[in-house]
Amino acid sequence: MTAPLLDVRDLRVSFHIRRDGDMPWTKPRELKALNGVNFTLNAGETLGIVGESGCGKSTLARALIQMVPATGKVIWQGQTDLLTLSPHQMLAYRSQVQMVFQDPLASLNPRMSVGSIIAEPLRTHHPELSQAQVKQRVQEMMERVGLLPNQINRYPHEFSGGQCQRIGIARALIVGPKLLICDEPVSALDVSIQAQVINLLAELQRDLGLAMIFIAHDLSVVKHISDRVMVLYLGRTMELAESQALFAHAAHPYTKALLSAVPIPDPVKERAKTMIPLEGDLPSPMAPPSGCVFRTRCPISQDRCAREVPALLGIGHEVACHRVNAATLETV
Amino acid sequence: MVTANLRAGDLSRITDMAEVKGRSLWADARKRFMLNKAAVASLFVLIFITLFSFAGESIAPWTNEEIDFNVIGSADTKGMPSIASGHYFGTDDLGRDLFARSAQGTRISLMVGFVGTFIAVLVGTVYGAVSGYVGGRTDAIMMRIVDILSAIPYMFVLILLLVMFGRSMFMIFVGIGLLSWLGMARIVRGQTLSLKHKEYIEAARASGVSSWKIILRHILPNLLGVVAVYTTLLIPDMIMAESFISFLGLGVQEPLTSLGALISEGSKSIVQGSLWQLYFPLAFFTVTLYAFYFVGDGLRDALDPKDR
Ligand SMILES: Nc1ncnc2c1ncn2[C@@H]1O[C@H](COP(=O)(O)OP(=O)(O)OP(=O)(O)O)[C@@H](O)[C@H]1O
Ligand code: SF4
Ligand SMILES: [Mg+2]
Repeated sequence: MTAPLLDVRDLRVSFHIRRDGDMPWTKPRELKALNGVNFTLNAGETLGIVGESGCGKSTLARALIQMVPATGKVIWQGQTDLLTLSPHQMLAYRSQVQMVFQDPLASLNPRMSVGSIIAEPLRTHHPELSQAQVKQRVQEMMERVGLLPNQINRYPHEFSGGQCQRIGIARALIVGPKLLICDEPVSALDVSIQAQVINLLAELQRDLGLAMIFIAHDLSVVKHISDRVMVLYLGRTMELAESQALFAHAAHPYTKALLSAVPIPDPVKERAKTMIPLEGDLPSPMAPPSGCVFRTRCPISQDRCAREVPALLGIGHEVACHRVNAATLETV
Repeated sequence: MVTANLRAGDLSRITDMAEVKGRSLWADARKRFMLNKAAVASLFVLIFITLFSFAGESIAPWTNEEIDFNVIGSADTKGMPSIASGHYFGTDDLGRDLFARSAQGTRISLMVGFVGTFIAVLVGTVYGAVSGYVGGRTDAIMMRIVDILSAIPYMFVLILLLVMFGRSMFMIFVGIGLLSWLGMARIVRGQTLSLKHKEYIEAARASGVSSWKIILRHILPNLLGVVAVYTTLLIPDMIMAESFISFLGLGVQEPLTSLGALISEGSKSIVQGSLWQLYFPLAFFTVTLYAFYFVGDGLRDALDPKDR
């Protein structure tokens, strides 16, 4: 079996937070944004990552490409650990992994024309290309993502949100990456436009054989595009499974709660389903609960949950919960 | 979205379509500025005043140093503004032509304004951008230094400097310029800080664009608007500061003069009734300052994207 495109092991990210007005010598408080995350990603595969706001999804995306200091291993094609590379060595891999951002307009420099925005990664990684070649590649890419190539001299503020996101996608794809990380690419868009952008991403992925990490805070968005889905909570993996399996029989109480919040189009089923409301607020990531981080909001927590951190167990369908049998996925 | 439903046949047509011209934020801003009548009028007034300050002396029949001996000693009765005598703005008590002196004073005041602002902008922008972009502890230390410096009453320091090192143009430039970059540094630092976390900067970093290219391509162009607005508002401040010092008698030295020095002299002539000595320099001073403020206001309205 060939090595996966990406093999992430025990990825951890800590931020050191100083509050305003702290004295220079007070020790900053540690915020563990990511606390030992493991997953693999094969070429051409899509991994969906879901979780509430602040659970570390963006941090995960940033950590993979050295945008925040992280520990652990991020092994690229079974050979290189991306986290050990110097900024200079990393440069070569930056064209392999590209990102699409949440806020379509904010991710485009308002003073640059669309053409130069899309061309920027190309100019960075292929300085040998001539002006005309760059322009041709940019126009081809614009066509590919559903933009009119004659709009090349326009500026971001002249486009709608959906079109801006297409520009962002064009910028990411122009250097021919193997992995595309989409950090909530549709959260800021109108519902009617969301589907178009997701369909475009799915289509591009299929045609170009891209691997994709697709981040969202809501399961329904991830459902259609992902092969596998990882559920994060306070920097830890709660459940990781094939998309089908996860939606058909979620095992973790947090995933179940998230799923029960997703509306079902069928009104009969919608009324019949049991809502598992998520009680309380997300605990502060500065002071996460002991043991299982979900225990403060878990409807079935026990004494043991406060003492021991549940390990992520299971083959194919992995769950981190003391009350779920990893083999049968039944709650015990 | 029309573009999503393209047929293959359309594509060839599309590539042949003429490129649409974009409307950059700069072009937008220029258009908005042009619609602001007060700002455009002020800009023309400023251009006119600048031209006058440079060309005024050559069109005047008298130079600024020549003394009209017909007038000396009785300026209040013989030195009034008149076309016939060639003293369009009258003369001062020494019989020097006020038209030429006003041109010279305006030129020096403008120069102090521009050079002082130039120093302030240069130092302030570099300092603020570095502080904001580097961030962390460096930023904290650099900004505390600014805080400490701005707690010093700078007019007082400037006056001390002028008294200690003697009065000279150079000292005024350096003094005013170096003491007034603080506000600029704060503004630029704040702006850089907010720009640094913009997603397009992150996008550039993620795809491997080098730091200096990020500063050049993404940070500076987006700072330029704020810097331009602040600069046009800083120039009149500089002119005001210089005038204040000159009014106190610590500014530029004879035979040089500035609007502040002329106003100072003119104000002494009130008792003699030769009011033109006050009115002409004062008019130039006021009109110049107002024009700068209007242009600055116009620029701010034109460049501030929040209005849209
Ligand atoms: N640069 C940073 N410095 C300090 N703390 C940070 C930084 N970036 C993120 N955090 C903290 O790390 C935690 C995870 O943040 P992250 O942005 O990864 O969340 P997220 O899952 O992407 O949320 P959202 O859905 O809101 O985008 C949050 O508590 C956040 O406050
Ligand atoms: S380990 Fe305990 S608290 Fe955590 S999800 Fe399972 S039952 Fe709930
Ligand atoms: Mg995020």
